[in-house]
Amino acid sequence: MAERVGVYVCHCGSNIAGKVDVADVAKFASEHIKDVVVARDYKFMCSDLGQKMVEEDIKKEGLTRVVVAACSPHLHEKTFRRACSNGGLNPYLLDMTNIREHCSWVHKDPVAATEKAKSLVSASAERVKFQQPLEPMYVDVNPTTLVVGGGIAGLQATLELADAGHKVVLVERLPSIGGHMAQFDKTFPTLDCSACILTPKMSEVGQHENVRLLTYAELEEVTGSVGNFHVKIRQKARKVDFDLCTGCGICVEKCPRKVVDTEFEAGMGMRKAIYMPFPQAVPRVPVLDTESCIWFERQRCQTCEKLCPTKAIRFDQEDEIIEVDVGNIIIATGWKPFDCTKIPQYGYGRLPNVYTGMEFERLCNAAGPTSGKIVLRDGKTVPKSVAIIHCVGSRDLNHNPYCSGICCMAALKFAHLLIEKTGAQVYSFYIDIRTNQKDYEEFYQRLLQEGVHFVRGKVSEVTDATRRPDETGKTIVQCEDTLTGRQERYPVDMVILMGALEPQFDARELGLKCGISCSMAGFYTERHPKLDPVATMTDGIFIAGVCQGPKDIPASVVQGAAAAARVAGMITKGKVMIEPIVASIREEDCSGCRICNNMCPYNAIEFDETRAVSRVITALCKGCGTCVSACPAGVIEGAHFNNSQIFAEIEGALWDAVPPAGVPGESESAGVSAS
Amino acid sequence: MVTDTHQDHRSDFFQEVVSDTPGGEQLAHCLQCGSCGGSCPNGSDMQYTPRTIFAMINAGRREEVLAANTMWYCVSCYFCTTRCPQQIPITDLMYALKRLAIAEGKAKDTDAPALARTFTGFVENFGRSFEFGLASRYYLLNKPLSMFKLVPMGMGLFTRGRLHLLPNRIRQMDQLRAIIKKAREIGGAS
Amino acid sequence: MKYAYYPGCSLEAGSAAYDVSVRAVAKVLGFELEELDDWNCCGATEYFSQDELVATSVIARNLAICRPDQKELIAPCAACFLNLKKTDQLMAEHSEVRSKVNEALAAGGLHYDPGQVRVRHLLDLIYTDIGEAALREKIKQPLTGLRVAPYYGCQVVRPMNGFDNTEYPMKMDELFTWLGAEVVDYPVKAHCCGGHMTQISEGAAYELIRRLLDSAVEHEADLILCMCPMCQLNLDAYQALVSSYFQKNFQMPIIFFTQLLGVALGLDFETVKIGKEIVSAGPVIKAKLGAAPSQTGA
Repeated sequence: MAERVGVYVCHCGSNIAGKVDVADVAKFASEHIKDVVVARDYKFMCSDLGQKMVEEDIKKEGLTRVVVAACSPHLHEKTFRRACSNGGLNPYLLDMTNIREHCSWVHKDPVAATEKAKSLVSASAERVKFQQPLEPMYVDVNPTTLVVGGGIAGLQATLELADAGHKVVLVERLPSIGGHMAQFDKTFPTLDCSACILTPKMSEVGQHENVRLLTYAELEEVTGSVGNFHVKIRQKARKVDFDLCTGCGICVEKCPRKVVDTEFEAGMGMRKAIYMPFPQAVPRVPVLDTESCIWFERQRCQTCEKLCPTKAIRFDQEDEIIEVDVGNIIIATGWKPFDCTKIPQYGYGRLPNVYTGMEFERLCNAAGPTSGKIVLRDGKTVPKSVAIIHCVGSRDLNHNPYCSGICCMAALKFAHLLIEKTGAQVYSFYIDIRTNQKDYEEFYQRLLQEGVHFVRGKVSEVTDATRRPDETGKTIVQCEDTLTGRQERYPVDMVILMGALEPQFDARELGLKCGISCSMAGFYTERHPKLDPVATMTDGIFIAGVCQGPKDIPASVVQGAAAAARVAGMITKGKVMIEPIVASIREEDCSGCRICNNMCPYNAIEFDETRAVSRVITALCKGCGTCVSACPAGVIEGAHFNNSQIFAEIEGALWDAVPPAGVPGESESAGVSAS
Repeated sequence: MVTDTHQDHRSDFFQEVVSDTPGGEQLAHCLQCGSCGGSCPNGSDMQYTPRTIFAMINAGRREEVLAANTMWYCVSCYFCTTRCPQQIPITDLMYALKRLAIAEGKAKDTDAPALARTFTGFVENFGRSFEFGLASRYYLLNKPLSMFKLVPMGMGLFTRGRLHLLPNRIRQMDQLRAIIKKAREIGGAS
Repeated sequence: MKYAYYPGCSLEAGSAAYDVSVRAVAKVLGFELEELDDWNCCGATEYFSQDELVATSVIARNLAICRPDQKELIAPCAACFLNLKKTDQLMAEHSEVRSKVNEALAAGGLHYDPGQVRVRHLLDLIYTDIGEAALREKIKQPLTGLRVAPYYGCQVVRPMNGFDNTEYPMKMDELFTWLGAEVVDYPVKAHCCGGHMTQISEGAAYELIRRLLDSAVEHEADLILCMCPMCQLNLDAYQALVSSYFQKNFQMPIIFFTQLLGVALGLDFETVKIGKEIVSAGPVIKAKLGAAPSQTGA
């Protein structure tokens, strides 16, 4: 019996209809495509009325297949599957073809675009006739969640879930949770103390009955899929027995080896070889850095081991792999600061009084190496004049094209702290001042009032090459004041570089492990930039905080909470639908060659030794099709993407092609004529 | 969404400058940040900084731009080019402005076009340039008075055998002339 | 090792010391420079101010006349190096430039495909191809005690050269550290010498020269090492004029880096043409290095 196909061409307002002659496409479908019994075009197919139209036609016209030519299936496939269900048709008998992103938005010529839309509709209609009803599968959702990254976004996500009664495994690469926020002095625009608002959350996480905290640990491997991920975590060797250690700190106090702390103190302070990064660290268990420890250098010392009251030092401790099963994963891995030595003309690393923003945070911080006294690197001189340079490594095609978003506000904060603590003359060199969140513009106004000397211009160079007597002994900032159009030189005592926020150095690698992608810049790509900013294209994997893109603390907290809410929803529902688009092996024809076993990227094929055949583990299969094409006997079929569907689609796309002489005609092909 | 009705509404002068410079279309991305004007070793002698010139080009102020001294103070040090956060070929745009100014006789108050002509004149006669001839010819024609100041320097060079009286001539002068003639006929570069 | 060599006009005339010392150094270090037959002037910056296509075509003739076996072209002069390299790059990146230049070249029976010839600066050759180990082996007269200020200027390092930093180049610094010299780390080593501004606006040019000399003096350099004839001429020949213009008394010898490299390799002053500079470098070199056996003086 011939299928009865309904074709619906969406205008998408003017998004499609502005370029494609949608009425002509519908007319073409009804007149030229076999088995099409209804073809309509409509202003917004995704509207209630559009969906109703499909439902009604299924009932009245007895449609057995539906084609919707509109936007991307990412956006509305679910919508139209639901419409089909409501009309009494199996939802997998729908095919969506994209005549917006793949056609109207990318072509200039309306005639050619209309012709292409016809081909796409024809391909879709021929394919849909071969589609088969499928039943979705449901799996239980493991209620435990993995959070990767213990900065403010990860902490927020962890607490939201743990407080709601769900178990969370929190993995942090560094010895303590807290992230960059723990390094900051004050937070803008309210200027509350960063540690004061952060540390309560840290200790809450550290003591939470629902949280398993793994610090100094890294994500090693992720397998499985939404609802049931299996995760391997590398617990790096602390060289300290976590359970025996009481956090008394004697080992740290007595350790004779002092090294520059390039991590927490951003190179501004020292730490011991065995250390806790800062006094409020969570957990209060030190880490022994084998790179600088005297014992590891020349098998001597052992001071910490001798003095530890609970005998918790373990020089022979090795890395350990911890395996956990979780239902969902929230990635909140944050950012790293731009390496300012990449812009040699700003003199960082060569000129002593040029600082990075992070160095200045530590310099300002009451708990920092100078106890919050702002002094030059000589340890005593208070700067009388300071230049703050915006957009260092951001808004710069030579480094990062994007705006880092937070640096303007951080620069304003620094200016305020400098004026408050030193009374220095502060110059702020900017291209544009961006203060577009709540109370930010007001903070800018406050700084204007406080007398910051704002200079509109991207600094050209920072140098110690003096030209005038008043420049002697100073660090000179050379810049065009673009508002007067004059080249100026500003001799100052201190220069602060507002470096860009960059993706973590291993963001791409971690993304690959979890099956999520990065933007060109290296930030994780969200499912939808506006409507689904914390989900990713991989179900069950969510992102929060700066790993998704530069943002401030409030926005990171919002994303952490949002990701937790999404996960909580999944846990509450308890089950998750899995697309029935999986591979299956015709066991009677399988030769047992096992080629497919090793090809499967998801380890979803097992070998039945007794019957000597391969079998697909449906719950693990992602429907990628690798095995289908690899099978030498051709006995593996990918549901929803089988050969007859794909050949029909190709035939449909080439509906107007004239076969060259000598090529077998339609009757011999696998496609259309088979119906 | 880019449509076929999209038109470039930037000034005609903008199009003129950009089309005369390979890669010049990047000028559309100028942020007016001034990293060029701040970098320029002669920035403080310029009537308008390069950044200002770009704003003027955008505004279509052709006469003022071509009469400006900016491009004549450009020493081709390329600091602006390598530092520009938008990767605009600024030095090359300065060359384009020099060409336009010379072509229309707008280059005033500068001897640079005369120097350039003297120099390339030698190339077209000998295939190689000729420092002493260049300097003396250029100074005699353009700055006869300032030559006196340079006499001690010239003597210094002369006594060390560093001033040559005759340039070398290349063998295939005809070939070079044919190439130059053809290039001039075709015109432009990008 | 054999390379095609493009000396450029200045090295034929006023900056012969550069050419002579380059060739002398090459002999000691064991690489061969084969002068490109019948090369023509690169046009410096002057053609680009008049007609871009003529500029690129005149330059491209030099690339086009390289024999197929001449795959690397070495240019010691900054302007020549940049012009040759830039033309190759413009032709590679802009198909219209490529076809127009080739149309012009065809009038002379020539053709050039970008990428055919790799244009390199002499410093790159010595730093990369010869390298530290081979150089150290050949040192006859370590430069111990001599404070040298490497001066890179502009066009060897910018807009691109592929072998050193555009803002704070280090290769010449490293080279002379290998040779035992005390290398002066001064901030203006890649700033502008004024180029042709000496002939257009002496005030502007002299100020640029002053900045360089002042910085070298401030950092107590014994001499400045150049790798461009224009830089050498501006800093050396104009030094007296700059001195009187600013009422200073500069006495800073300016020589080509290959001249001092030659001294380190045991060549005498005459061989590397020390003495051709206006502000004599001989005395300070002799004073700092002591009585070197091979040095006959200039």
